[in-house]
Amino acid sequence: MKQQRNQRLAAVLAILVLVGFGAVMISQKASAAGDGKITGTVKLDGAAPHMRGIDMSKDPFCDKAHAGNAAHSENVLVGSGGGLQNVVLYISEGLSAEAANAKSTQIPVFDQKNCMYTPHVLAMDVGQDFKVETSDATAHNIHPEPNPLTGNIPWNQSQPPGAPPVTKSWKAPEMIHVKCNIHPWMSGWFAVVKGPYATTDDNGNYTIQNVPPGSYTVTAWQETLGTQAQKVTVAAGGSAKADFAFKAK
Amino acid sequence: MYTNLLKQSWLLGVVVALCLSAASYAQLTTYQQEGWLNTPAASSHIGNITGDAKAAALPYRRFCVGCHGELGDGNGENAVWFTTPMYAQPRNFQLAIFKCRSTPTGTLPTDQDLYDTIGRGMDRSNMPQWNPMSRQERADLVAWIKHFSPRWQTEKPGTPIQIPPEPEITPERVKAGQAVFARMQCYKCHGVQGMANGPSASTLTDDLNQPIAAFNFTDGSRPKCGDTDTDIYRIFMTGLDGTPMPSFVDNIKPDEAWDLVFYLRSLQRHNAYNSKEREIARQLGLKPVDPNAPPAQ
Repeated sequence: MKQQRNQRLAAVLAILVLVGFGAVMISQKASAAGDGKITGTVKLDGAAPHMRGIDMSKDPFCDKAHAGNAAHSENVLVGSGGGLQNVVLYISEGLSAEAANAKSTQIPVFDQKNCMYTPHVLAMDVGQDFKVETSDATAHNIHPEPNPLTGNIPWNQSQPPGAPPVTKSWKAPEMIHVKCNIHPWMSGWFAVVKGPYATTDDNGNYTIQNVPPGSYTVTAWQETLGTQAQKVTVAAGGSAKADFAFKAK
Repeated sequence: MYTNLLKQSWLLGVVVALCLSAASYAQLTTYQQEGWLNTPAASSHIGNITGDAKAAALPYRRFCVGCHGELGDGNGENAVWFTTPMYAQPRNFQLAIFKCRSTPTGTLPTDQDLYDTIGRGMDRSNMPQWNPMSRQERADLVAWIKHFSPRWQTEKPGTPIQIPPEPEITPERVKAGQAVFARMQCYKCHGVQGMANGPSASTLTDDLNQPIAAFNFTDGSRPKCGDTDTDIYRIFMTGLDGTPMPSFVDNIKPDEAWDLVFYLRSLQRHNAYNSKEREIARQLGLKPVDPNAPPAQ
């Protein structure tokens, strides 16, 4: 009789524990990665600035790769209708700690191709792995320049032709300039942010995916034009819109 | 009236002097108040010597502060006279980015690395050799240098790269070393004859965006991070952080690295270390690498 009661008690307890765990797991899943979106367009207000042509004659490989079609600086790239390319959009305020610390599991690639960086701006989360590759038959050195006091430590690695990719990650949010000392015109960025992010396409359009419901500040960062911020509210599974316009310098 | 003014300016002078000394005292104690000097990072370990940061406060003020500054930021009063590319700015200890490391690029150096740099000095810079100081004094200074950067509180030095024992020098190795030199395209900066006149040499800049010269193998200069064979091996494998010189440890195998050391030796003007390499290169009739030759693969 007593034994039976004990068994029943144990069974009830086990069910309670299971239900409790399940509830916690479901709530975590719901709050970590929402299915809301923030979309919009980033435009340049004014005439597109002249992008300086690049003289690559010091390196025959680079020069040949751009024969008849000289490369240009990519500081401000303007597409059709004044859309700004390579603007990084991220949520600078309003994310729960959990959502801010959730990092993408994708491994984006930063390629050294024809003596330029592809993409010119690579966005990523804090702690997210990324790969640096070379497609070129000329030697590069990949040399990011973060501020070591943020926790991001600068490094400098050679990538001669055929070199294996370098996989790295960063410890803190920071816009990190990348250069190649061998080819002084090579200039790119690692945009390290917390939480969901997006980069504008050729026409300045972007979509930040996986946004949990809530009120946020969205920040747009452009390497030479600076930052702009806007407040948006995202409903569960809904889509919010935030367009930006940077004044041409 | 005139004497009154004199008296007043004298008083003003005293007030200014008092203010200045109070301000400098406040600066000096900032770090001490933060408790840095009572943490494990305030000591150093070189062999069986333990360096104590507190013991180095006075020697640092006497010998180092003129260039590296009170706060270790490389802004000492002499720093304004340093002109590049021959004389790089004094090291900023707050950032803790160091050229001469046995550890991978992007990591802190070991205590031994810093100790070696103090004793060796930096060729072609204003950093002299501090060998006249006792080993204990240099170990104390290593501990003091570390207290300037918070990085020593949160990071550990990298794991030193493994250097296999130096093999016998052979003609095959010198030749193979030249192939490594060509494949890594060292000539981009150092030039095909090691004369620091490669196509990228004239545009090189350091992390402060100051012009910096590539190492010239042929003018009798000593490499900044030591001139033994092992030092040269370490220099190109770990790279010199803060400069354009990258790390090659992912792209050169340990055995090939020794080949490259022997080839680089053959480029150097005759010195105490390279008679054998130069003789081999002469007998082989080695010509400088041709950057336009198709890659040998």
